[in-house]
Amino acid sequence: MEWSKIKVNQEIELVKPPIEKVQLVKYAGASGDFNLIHTDDETARKSGLPGVIAHGMFSMGFLGQLVSNIVGNDGFVSRLQVRFVGMVRPGDTVTCKAIVVAKDEEKRTVDLEISTEKQPGQASTIGQASIKFFSPVGQA
Amino acid sequence: MIDPTVIGSKTETCDFEVEKGAIRAFASAIGDDNPIYFDESYAQALGYVSIVAPPTFPATFRMPKPGLDHLELRRTLHGEQEFIYERPIVAGDHLRCVSTLVDSYEREGKQRKMVFFILETRGEDLQGNLVYTSKTTIIYR
Repeated sequence: MEWSKIKVNQEIELVKPPIEKVQLVKYAGASGDFNLIHTDDETARKSGLPGVIAHGMFSMGFLGQLVSNIVGNDGFVSRLQVRFVGMVRPGDTVTCKAIVVAKDEEKRTVDLEISTEKQPGQASTIGQASIKFFSPVGQA
Repeated sequence: MIDPTVIGSKTETCDFEVEKGAIRAFASAIGDDNPIYFDESYAQALGYVSIVAPPTFPATFRMPKPGLDHLELRRTLHGEQEFIYERPIVAGDHLRCVSTLVDSYEREGKQRKMVFFILETRGEDLQGNLVYTSKTTIIYR
C-alpha cells in the first residue's frame, strides 16, 4: 500500500485456502521442523492430539505474508510478534487480520495489531507487527 | 524445576548461508507467491542484491537450544515468537547467529505448573552488523 493511503483503524485481511496435509509436509521440509506431530497422525494421537496440527510458525508465516503485502515494495517488515493461542488443523481456513494502530509520519513506521483465526472469534495467533517505509526518493 | 545457573547459557556461533532455493521453498510452503521471494531480477530492480527472504525465514536456521537439552520434546510448546529486523534478509547473506537463554520463570497452569524459557537469537552479517533479533518463548508443562 502507499504510505499516504494507510490510516489508523484501517483493517486489512488475507484469507488463506483451507490447509492441506501436504502443505504441512512441505513446510516441515522447508523449515527443517520435523516434529512428527505436524505430519504423522499416529504420533499426533499418541501426544494426545486429535490428529496432526499445523506448525505455529506456519500461521505466523501467513501473517508475515499479510504484513509484507501491506508494506509492499516501499519498505520492509521491521517487527513481527505473535503468541500462539490455538491449534490449526488440516481443513481449517485461516483468516489473517491486521489493524493499523499507529502511524508515525516522522519515522515512517506503522504499527499493527495482528491475528489469525479459524472462525470469527476463534483466534489461533495474536500479536503485533511494525513496518518501516523507506524515505521517499530525493529525501533520504 | 528451574536451574538458575542455566540462564545466560549461549550457543556457539552458528553460520547460515541464505540460499535462493531455500527462500523459494519456504515461500512456496507458506503459499506466498510474492515475486520478491522468487524472481531475482524483480528483486534487483527494487535495489536488493538478490531475492528477499520472508519475515519468518529465520525459522529455517535450526539452532541448538542453550540450557534446554534436558527437556522432553513432547512436553514443550512454542508459546510466543518475535522477529525484529534492522533490514530484510536477502539471498547471499551469510549470517552468524548466537542464541542465549535470557530468562526463565514459572507460572501456575490450569492443571500444573508451567515453566517459561525465553531464548534470544541475534544474527549478524560478516561485517558484524546486526541483521535480525528473534525471541522465542518455550513453555514446558
